[in-house]
Amino acid sequence: MLGIIRQKVGAGGASLLRTRSAVSALRSYSSAGKEMTVRDALNSALDEEMSADPKVFLMGEEVGEYQGAYKISKGLLEKYGPERVLDTPITEAGFTGIGVGAAYHGLRPVVEFMTFNFSMQAIDHIINSAAKSNYMSAGQISVPIVFRGPNGAAAGVGAQHSHCYASWYASCPGLKVLTPYSSEDARGLLKAAIRDPDPVVFLENELLYGESFPISAEVLDSSFCLPIGKAKIEREGKDVTITAFSKMVGYALKAAEILAKEGISAEVINLRTIRPLDRSTINASVRKTNRLITVEEGFPQHGVGAEICTSVVEESFGYLDAPVERITGADVPMPYAANLERLAVPQVEDIVRAAKRACYRSVPLAAAA
Amino acid sequence: MSLTTSTKFAQPLPLNTTSSRSKEHKLLFEPFRTNTFLGSTHKLRCFNSLSKSNLHRRSAIVAVSDVVKEKKSKSSTNLLITKEEGLELYEDMVLGRAFEDMCAQMYYRGKMFGFVHLYNGQEAVSTGFIKLLKQEDSVASTYRDHVHSLSKGVSARAVMSELFGKATGCCRGQGGSMHMFSKEHNVLGGFAFIGEGIPVATGAAFSSKYRREVLKEADCDHVTVAFFGDGTCNNGQFFECLNMAALWKLPIVFVVENNLWAIGMSHVRATSDPEIWKKGPAFGMPGVHVDGMDVLKVREVAKEAIGRARRGEGPTLVECETYRFRGHSLADPDELRDPAEKAHYAARDPITALKRYMIDNNLVTEQELKTIEKKIDEVVEDAVEFADESPHPPRSQLLENVFADPKGFGIGPDGRYRCEDPKFTQGTAHV
Repeated sequence: MLGIIRQKVGAGGASLLRTRSAVSALRSYSSAGKEMTVRDALNSALDEEMSADPKVFLMGEEVGEYQGAYKISKGLLEKYGPERVLDTPITEAGFTGIGVGAAYHGLRPVVEFMTFNFSMQAIDHIINSAAKSNYMSAGQISVPIVFRGPNGAAAGVGAQHSHCYASWYASCPGLKVLTPYSSEDARGLLKAAIRDPDPVVFLENELLYGESFPISAEVLDSSFCLPIGKAKIEREGKDVTITAFSKMVGYALKAAEILAKEGISAEVINLRTIRPLDRSTINASVRKTNRLITVEEGFPQHGVGAEICTSVVEESFGYLDAPVERITGADVPMPYAANLERLAVPQVEDIVRAAKRACYRSVPLAAAA
Repeated sequence: MSLTTSTKFAQPLPLNTTSSRSKEHKLLFEPFRTNTFLGSTHKLRCFNSLSKSNLHRRSAIVAVSDVVKEKKSKSSTNLLITKEEGLELYEDMVLGRAFEDMCAQMYYRGKMFGFVHLYNGQEAVSTGFIKLLKQEDSVASTYRDHVHSLSKGVSARAVMSELFGKATGCCRGQGGSMHMFSKEHNVLGGFAFIGEGIPVATGAAFSSKYRREVLKEADCDHVTVAFFGDGTCNNGQFFECLNMAALWKLPIVFVVENNLWAIGMSHVRATSDPEIWKKGPAFGMPGVHVDGMDVLKVREVAKEAIGRARRGEGPTLVECETYRFRGHSLADPDELRDPAEKAHYAARDPITALKRYMIDNNLVTEQELKTIEKKIDEVVEDAVEFADESPHPPRSQLLENVFADPKGFGIGPDGRYRCEDPKFTQGTAHV
């Protein structure tokens, strides 16, 4: 495991070097047309929230001296010291529980999982200690904690390191589940998560860390914060609604561009929050377009798409002009071989085909496959 | 000053030191004698050379600090407690016992439900530790948590009502027998999973250190005491947290309530080296074994350990050898424990022992203790009456408290919850 991570870090570190200079330039000259990587967006959000509130601290494996397995916490140890940027032993259950206990006492821990796959070792504390305490204690003990780290499929790391946990955590009352896509999302949602009085599961995506997005002066302001529970319409359209989160938002936007060339106007909703789910935005969009495609990297059964479909069937059934279609990861553990891996996660063309089917523009599913 | 030094008890050959305890379950170890898996049968032969008279585990202190030993040697002239302290300990232990006995009655009468785990027999541990704590100090417990909550100051009414599932319970009926919380008294919860409470307690200790060192609250010397059983000591979270607590010198005391049985699994059948206290030195913290049926011995060890934590000298592992007088839970038929073993420990009832000590040393009169017993009976009766008369939680309570934030939509720029802003659910989703 560590070998793989180290390798990735090497690559991540290199891309960070490229982007760091851009960011420092961006911080010194506040001119228009700026871009920021998701990595720097997360780093700056952590930095600003730690600076604003001394109760905020970061703990996890390799967050300190190593500067973060994916360099998200770069520079924070130097700035805030080892009391607030804690390198922990490799003990997910132990340090996650310690974070929860610290939150019981009013501190605001940010617990980093090297990847969310390792959160399985600590899921007892996320669900049983963090999510349920406020309820079990009848509101006496709230747990203001953030669990964050890369989630979902990376590349070439096999089944145990490629798993989307959005629907797992989103099924549990007491948790809030955020899934940023762009740098704006990463900054605004991470700040909201840290300031929030409840436990937040913050699912990042490793493959997005190095990606740059345009970013406005408003987003760069240290007071910027996005609301939890609100989706964003990334692209307006009138023929079909495509919901997506995290990396799949990018795919959905690409699909929408292709569809536009063929005369189909797709509306792309970036969910941003999986729990509480912004049902009203989704339903309003479906009532307008009358068609729905959901996209996620996770497994199909009981997935985020399944929940969205249910919501639409319950609230907007009469508005649907075509069957709803879910684009998800294949219903198998992630294969290692690159060609199989590509087949196991949604691709842009899958979304395009599904949207066309919904708009009666293509042959049925069996023939297309 | 440490209770024991790590070198003092470090044992390179653990099998040689566990002998007296292993003996009692000689039969269980029989198969191992011919098992070459352990490599050397030479070491195992030491089982044969043991005293055959030692039917039960040692009940005296195996390893306490020189300080405690010194105090004990002086005890003939200098009593371990004052009269007031003695009465306080007695009252707390009697409350624990009477409360749990009442729980059993109420459970069989159908007033409480689900799993109910009673603490009878172990009172010396809860009382011995918790009565030395300040209100700001924290306690993390297990599913056997009623008496820890009572010792920490949660009222019998609030605990009983919680068990009855009533709105006046300490968690309004949302927690239940295994999940007692009290923010006011810093009861961090009963945790229903093995090992789950240990990291949370370690986190509470971490926050105490953080507040002192990072938030510069110089007077924050709060200590956390984590209670858990012998079965938990085979769980990874125990080891993870001993490591981190010692590594970061956290103000915590790990208290093992070793009642020898994890439901129906005998401790010696589950643990390679049954002397749990020895795991302390392995992590660089003192490990102490104490007679958990003797509240005064527990209290002496607790004083040292809590003092150490409060002075910022780090964690201590205390193994209290105790015994539960009832089954694992009220649903446990308790068929596996040897009646002779039960009788042995029943004869060492910690409440009776304290009573005898105080009367023998002319600290109190029989009458004074009777007065306390009568008072506690009334307290417990009152708790039952109160719980019985209390209302059930209203239907509207079902959906409350899922989040601290009322609807889970976070906090707006004005610092108020977004769900309170009527515009939040209107308009477009653009932000």
